[in-house]
Amino acid sequence: MTLFEEIALIAGKDLRIEGRSKVALNQIAPFALLVIVLFGFALDADRVALQTFAPGLYWMTVLLASILAVHRSVAVEAGEGAREGLLLSGLRPASVYLGKVVALVAQLLIVAIVLLGGVLIFYSASISDPVLLVTSLLGAVLGVGAAGTLYGALLGSQRARETVLPILLLPVLAPVLIAATRAFGDAMGTTTSDGWQWTQLLYAFAAIYCAFGVLSHGVLMEEN
Amino acid sequence: MTHVPYLIAGWGISLVVIALYAASVMRRSKRLAALVPVDRRRWMTGGDADVIGES
Amino acid sequence: MTIDSPGTNTESMAMSADTAGVAGVTRSRTTTILGAVVLAGAALWLFLAFGATDPDVRIVDGNEIGQFDAVRLMYVHVPAAITAYLAFFVTSVGSAMVLFKKSVWWDLVAGSSAEIGAVSAALALITGSIWGKPIWNTWWEWGDVRLLTTLVLFMMSLGYLAVRRLEGTAEERAKRSAIVGLLLIFNVILVNRSVEWWADSTIHQQSTIADAKIEDLKAFTLYYSILLGAAAYAWMLIHRFRLAWLERQYDRFGIDDAIVRRRAEGHTHSEGISS
Repeated sequence: MTLFEEIALIAGKDLRIEGRSKVALNQIAPFALLVIVLFGFALDADRVALQTFAPGLYWMTVLLASILAVHRSVAVEAGEGAREGLLLSGLRPASVYLGKVVALVAQLLIVAIVLLGGVLIFYSASISDPVLLVTSLLGAVLGVGAAGTLYGALLGSQRARETVLPILLLPVLAPVLIAATRAFGDAMGTTTSDGWQWTQLLYAFAAIYCAFGVLSHGVLMEEN
Repeated sequence: MTHVPYLIAGWGISLVVIALYAASVMRRSKRLAALVPVDRRRWMTGGDADVIGES
Repeated sequence: MTIDSPGTNTESMAMSADTAGVAGVTRSRTTTILGAVVLAGAALWLFLAFGATDPDVRIVDGNEIGQFDAVRLMYVHVPAAITAYLAFFVTSVGSAMVLFKKSVWWDLVAGSSAEIGAVSAALALITGSIWGKPIWNTWWEWGDVRLLTTLVLFMMSLGYLAVRRLEGTAEERAKRSAIVGLLLIFNVILVNRSVEWWADSTIHQQSTIADAKIEDLKAFTLYYSILLGAAAYAWMLIHRFRLAWLERQYDRFGIDDAIVRRRAEGHTHSEGISS
């Protein structure tokens, strides 16, 4: 099998599980929408404030939802015999990692798109540069997916995973939050920063984490 | 001398935290040392493997 | 391990009874000398910081400006910050050595260094905040890059220490934490770059020493305090490493050792009855 076939195999497996269980669609996306609504209450439904801070609130919510999505992505591998099956399959660790990233990114994209509808409706946000919006969204979600899969695999089926993952992952994702917020600010016309520069940073982040994940996944797979 | 409350707070907290940390290292060492045989208490004489995974 | 040898028995007995013998267990001649040097150095440090140096006052257009006595906080803030970065650098190097050489020694050094680094980073943040209140007129300055980077680094070090405490075999734990530890350095660079870009400008004191804004003795005190911080770090690291070694011994052989001790107790007890 080529690398791409292997990646497609792993990603297909995770997405088939999602297709049957619909955890991302029926649980994580509604949770994210709920957070968006609660931010509205917290900020006293101030229209101007909500519109101004829509990019930041949006990405903060995506990060919170991504924690849940990473847990889900790891939990899929924690089932009985799942790990042994993966090891016995003889797939390259790099393709297992990249396959998991692809599946996680696809699920995060579903959540991100649902949320985008949320901020457009609840926060009256408007899109002035759709190309920038989509490009930066994809870059940010790639970065979150790459780092999330790496740290998720690191923690594996640890009992303490639920509490350790946020403190491990969220500081690491701080650059993504900053860059994606600025890029969205430009795309939604709330700030004057150059969104394309920030988008470059997002793709650089994603590339660095993909490289690290590919290199370290072999070590992690044989251990946890 | 100006800023005396700030100086007391800053230096005081620093010295106290360093002292408490040193004390905690000593206390933890003492407790564990009582549970480890004398001949394995030090890395130099412990006779443990130098490479992870070998023992 | 031979359980029945008389030597082991008396040793185990002495061990459980006498805790005074283990009090200085992480001490050695090196650390005694180093510790004495650090403590003597700390006395000079306090004298320089509070006795010998003047407050920071400059006269511009007939007005007194400067940090006044708040500058004395720098002699603890700057070494704390530099020690923190040094400690995390050592953690990252150690983590690389664990991954490439599978070195047990470096694993323990990396973990020990991260703990000291977390304490130093916390101190740097606290003292910086206390200094910032009178000088910048705020406890926290969002526009400052070094402040934000150090805060995120501190959070990351808490994550690293949490990963070190996870369950698993010594091998699993070493590799897991090595990956997180190696990523520390890259994460810091990424955070620093992005925050710098984000804040556009920094209000942090731009290397006051290089600008010769600080006169000789103040600059000397600052350099001296950095050196003292490094010496204190080395001292702490050796002690913490020896504790890490004990932790490793306890994790690996703790139950076996307890059984040996228990049997030794039973042995002497039954002997007592028969005689």
